Amino acid sequence: MQRYIVRRFFQSLLELLAISMLIFGMSRLTGDPVMLMVPDDASREDIAQLRHALGLDQSLPVQYWVFLSKAVQGDFGRSIKGQMPVSEMIKERLPNSLKLAAVALSIAVLLAFPLGVVAAVKKGTALDTMANVVAVLGQSLPQFWVGIVLIQVFAVHLRWLPVAGVGSIWHYVLPAFTLGWFVVAGMMRLLRSSMLDILGSEFVKLARIKGVPESTVIWKHALRNAIIPVLTFGAIYLAILVTGAILVETVFAWPGIGQLIYQGIVFRDFPVVQAVVLLTAGVVIAVNLLVDILYAYVDPRIRYG
Amino acid sequence: MSVSMATGELVREEPLVRPVRWRLAALRHVPVVPLSIITLILLTAVLANVLTPYSPVDIALPERLKPPFWEQGGSLAHPLGTDPMGRDLLTRMIYGARISLLVGFLGLCLGGGVGAALGLIAGYAGGRVDAFLMRATDTALSFPIILFAILLVVILGGSLLTVVLAVALVLWARFARVIRGETLSIRERHFVAQARIAGSSPMRIIVVHLFPNVLNTLVVLLSLQVGWVIIVEASLSFLGAGVPPPTPTWGSMIAEGRDYIASAWWISFFPGLAILVTVLAFNLFGDWLRDALDPTLRQL
Repeated sequence: MQRYIVRRFFQSLLELLAISMLIFGMSRLTGDPVMLMVPDDASREDIAQLRHALGLDQSLPVQYWVFLSKAVQGDFGRSIKGQMPVSEMIKERLPNSLKLAAVALSIAVLLAFPLGVVAAVKKGTALDTMANVVAVLGQSLPQFWVGIVLIQVFAVHLRWLPVAGVGSIWHYVLPAFTLGWFVVAGMMRLLRSSMLDILGSEFVKLARIKGVPESTVIWKHALRNAIIPVLTFGAIYLAILVTGAILVETVFAWPGIGQLIYQGIVFRDFPVVQAVVLLTAGVVIAVNLLVDILYAYVDPRIRYG
Repeated sequence: MSVSMATGELVREEPLVRPVRWRLAALRHVPVVPLSIITLILLTAVLANVLTPYSPVDIALPERLKPPFWEQGGSLAHPLGTDPMGRDLLTRMIYGARISLLVGFLGLCLGGGVGAALGLIAGYAGGRVDAFLMRATDTALSFPIILFAILLVVILGGSLLTVVLAVALVLWARFARVIRGETLSIRERHFVAQARIAGSSPMRIIVVHLFPNVLNTLVVLLSLQVGWVIIVEASLSFLGAGVPPPTPTWGSMIAEGRDYIASAWWISFFPGLAILVTVLAFNLFGDWLRDALDPTLRQL
């Protein structure tokens, strides 16, 4: 187990290093990254000064080392638009994003589990078809458009919910649902197929022969085992959630990291975009590492495999 | 390969090249509706300047924010209404189809091509090359890769080329993974060994012997990803990281309507509907094509 964790840890470290190199390399694509870091109306002296301050007169490996060591210390430079350290802006907004993501993920799990299980148990019925429609639509609908239509219906016409922004718990309803639904689609399909596998297996038959009530067979014996494949896709769900958060936070004017990157795009605020990408990379890799360790803990086949 | 019972001739164990082969049963269920929708959208995109009398970019302020024709104040002159600059919404949607399809097509070619090439190389080479390429693929697949697409557009500035690059960046890993899997099973077959014995270079084996055999999978994969590519392009456009204005794209039109959410619902509604219908049509068509060509690809 320990060996597995150590190996996995170094793998993650390598990934993070590779991604930081990629980001660094991309910022040099245009040749002169200073142009990405100053406002359009910056004077020649400002540019020359910044070039020197950033050490751009030095060799690329040295530049990369400076970039990396600063990033490790949480120094991502200053925002062009906000005129403040990017790290401050992120610190301010991170809790909002985490709260929204947590609510969305809870909604997703609460919807996907019953739907996936019922679709598998009632395979071929109208319920199964309905669940399938939900999943197909989840793959064909642009998420940001769903958010806008929901605002039009529930906030503008019916006036049941606030249009956008943060404040009361009612502000969570639309964005969390929009964000969560797209996780539901994939999660439900996967759970349905793994449930179908498990329901046909020997130990489920045995449980039924023993006279275990059908609901216990389904919700306890089968579901527990059907969850494992869903867990392996944890990284994918996280990716969907992060991608979705950028769009959903933009639609609902949610003051989180996703909206920050949107503003970064609009104002061509390179330091902000770079910092968000780097930070998200770190978080995603860390969460994946954690999930894998948990997974190995739950399933011994992994750590000895 | 057919067995000749009369002569007892040795039958070739496997076809040298597995061509794109249609399953007859599936041909009976050609998805008429999705195919007609796809044809219609392709035609509108190609014929855009013939179909509409308006320009997609010229501003006409007196005509601004006209509703669709069935609402009060609307007229058939602008069937789906106008946007805040007085431009005809339907016109912009028709021209927007061009961008969506063009970016989708080019992005698929680039992303699919690079991904397939990497998959073939990884699958054939094996060993360290394979390990390295698949590590990179796995990282890309488990990562919100759209962030890198955004970073790329912010660095290079928005243009058709940048967006195509960004889309390809999001896409390649899905192809690399599947094509590599296919290659692994094909390279163990006798004709590959024979080619190697005959002295073919790795390059020749990949291009002449392996590529035609993964073509089936590649075609299915491409058709299944069209819808996804259109959504990626729309998402980038919506975030302002797409082809820059005034060129109309479905995603940026939805973004423009955001400020008029309470007063002019049609501005964001119809472009979104166009995306939904297009993506749904391509997805249903892709599903059918998969079943028609190779049902064993179900898990894609």
